[in-house]
Amino acid sequence: MLTQTTKPKAPVMTDLKGQTLVCLRTLQEKNPASLETYIKLGGYSALKRIVSEKVKATDVITEVKRSSLRGRGGAGFPTGLKWSFMPRYFDGVKYLVCNTDEGEPGTFKDRDIIRYNPHQLIEGMAIAAYTLGAKVGYNYIHGEIWQDYDTFEAALGEAKAAGYLGENLFGTNFSFNLYAVHGYGAYICGEETALIESIEGKKGQPRFKPPFPASYGVFGKPTNVNNTESYASIPWIMQHGGQAFADLGVENSGGTKLFSVSGHVEKPGNYEIKMGTPFIALLDLAGGVWKGRKLKAVIPGGPSTAVLPASVIEAASMDYDSLSKARSSLGAGSMIVMDETTCMVNALHRLSYFFYEESCGQCTPCREGTGWVYRVLDRIVKGQGKMEDLDLLTDVSKNISGRTICAFGEAAATPVLSFIKHFRSEFEYYIEHGKSMVGCKAEPQ
Amino acid sequence: MLSSEAIQKIDYELTKYPADQRQAAVMSALRIVQTERGWLSKESISEVAQYLAMPEIAAMEVATFYNMYDLAPVGKYKITVCTNISCMLRDSDEIVDYLKAKLGVGFNEITADGKFCLKEGECMGACGGAPLLIVNNHTMHEFLTPEKVDAILDDLQ
Repeated sequence: MLTQTTKPKAPVMTDLKGQTLVCLRTLQEKNPASLETYIKLGGYSALKRIVSEKVKATDVITEVKRSSLRGRGGAGFPTGLKWSFMPRYFDGVKYLVCNTDEGEPGTFKDRDIIRYNPHQLIEGMAIAAYTLGAKVGYNYIHGEIWQDYDTFEAALGEAKAAGYLGENLFGTNFSFNLYAVHGYGAYICGEETALIESIEGKKGQPRFKPPFPASYGVFGKPTNVNNTESYASIPWIMQHGGQAFADLGVENSGGTKLFSVSGHVEKPGNYEIKMGTPFIALLDLAGGVWKGRKLKAVIPGGPSTAVLPASVIEAASMDYDSLSKARSSLGAGSMIVMDETTCMVNALHRLSYFFYEESCGQCTPCREGTGWVYRVLDRIVKGQGKMEDLDLLTDVSKNISGRTICAFGEAAATPVLSFIKHFRSEFEYYIEHGKSMVGCKAEPQ
Repeated sequence: MLSSEAIQKIDYELTKYPADQRQAAVMSALRIVQTERGWLSKESISEVAQYLAMPEIAAMEVATFYNMYDLAPVGKYKITVCTNISCMLRDSDEIVDYLKAKLGVGFNEITADGKFCLKEGECMGACGGAPLLIVNNHTMHEFLTPEKVDAILDDLQ
């Protein structure tokens, strides 16, 4: 190992009341990231049992299906079903990939898994590798969280030394080598095929699908890609049973979920709670809206999910069905809270710059459309907007959506459409008066 | 010429990939060389490409695509401040104004003594600690206040 262990610097959240810890279960302990802590909590026992008892791959997949675990990266695709797409009888090398490339504003949950409970992710990936017949795995980590990359790589060394990674594990013929690799500043690499391109040492431009990674992934080989939190849920599921995991949540949304709460709350941070928890309970865990102010709006799952006004989100609960009924979605569980002083025009302007900056440039509607949207919003915040700009923004966004290789197009269009839908009068006021309705001081650069 | 330390580190990265996939290590190799030299010149990029037996243009594509690679000098300390929505809601604009005034530079400018360069960054995936900044790509500082910014800058000598 060339890298050194870096101890997490940020304070470990100690107030765990009201949470249900699965992926962050080590947080209750003194040295959450250590192998010793993880083993004390029953860690690696599921892997050991599955590998030594040669549990059938189909039985593991059945258990994962029973858990009703859905992809935690944002798409919500059933994990067990995804695993069943991997070719079972394939002679060559198969790969396992973990997506720890969080770069969508408001998303920072996987970071806490790799810095506070890295071994649970490693065990989850090893179980997946055994099940899917992969001998090599990569965890692709967001380049900006470098200290946490070091923590994870150190944990890999520990796991290997203890015999949980490497050749012939537990005296069987099962071998699994897992490596940490990194991004270096490109949001698009959170898209699984762009991530695969990046692992191969290329610019991260998404691939046209099909073929899907299950048949043509890393280096052209069958590859299973899951989110960090999805893999990290596996050891608990295999330890306690799929049904027990499903029972933690509600129908169609099994288990617990990590919610990254940022913006205008007293205690921003990650909260692991049961699926189906009312929004107001989560807001309460995060200390409520800061400075005693009123709630104005919430982006429940990251900017690629629709913003919701306070009255709508306050009636919702944090699960797939409830948020979809509210015309938004759970996404990656990245909740951005905005209080009454927030200027929605400025907020959208900032988001539109992000999508313009991060578009990979491959598809014309996205490359040109995101820039167009940004320039129109830019003239609005500079007091040069025209009333017809609102229809123009809607029109351009609708024409990006659905016309691109990857989901970035929809992600870029969603904030524009939902901000204008719910806060149209605020945009109209800004255009008419050349300034913000809420007296927001910000004249963005 | 790549230094022996850089080669040693790149060789470690190469152990992660099949022997016939040397290009896969380009992300780390560019990072390693940039960390050593401060930024990536065309010569640095072509040295990396040669070592990994890949076309220079392919290494250049990677270096220009990912925004943490610097293709021009960035002073001794590059300070990248996130200004995206979660940071903005926690007053990152005030931190930016404070840094600009204190250093006397705008975004993408280097101080006269060559010590600091200020950059605007996109989401760094740590929004719970907003507002935040990163020094030379690898050291993050969270929960910023003007006082904390003073302390961070004082430590960078």
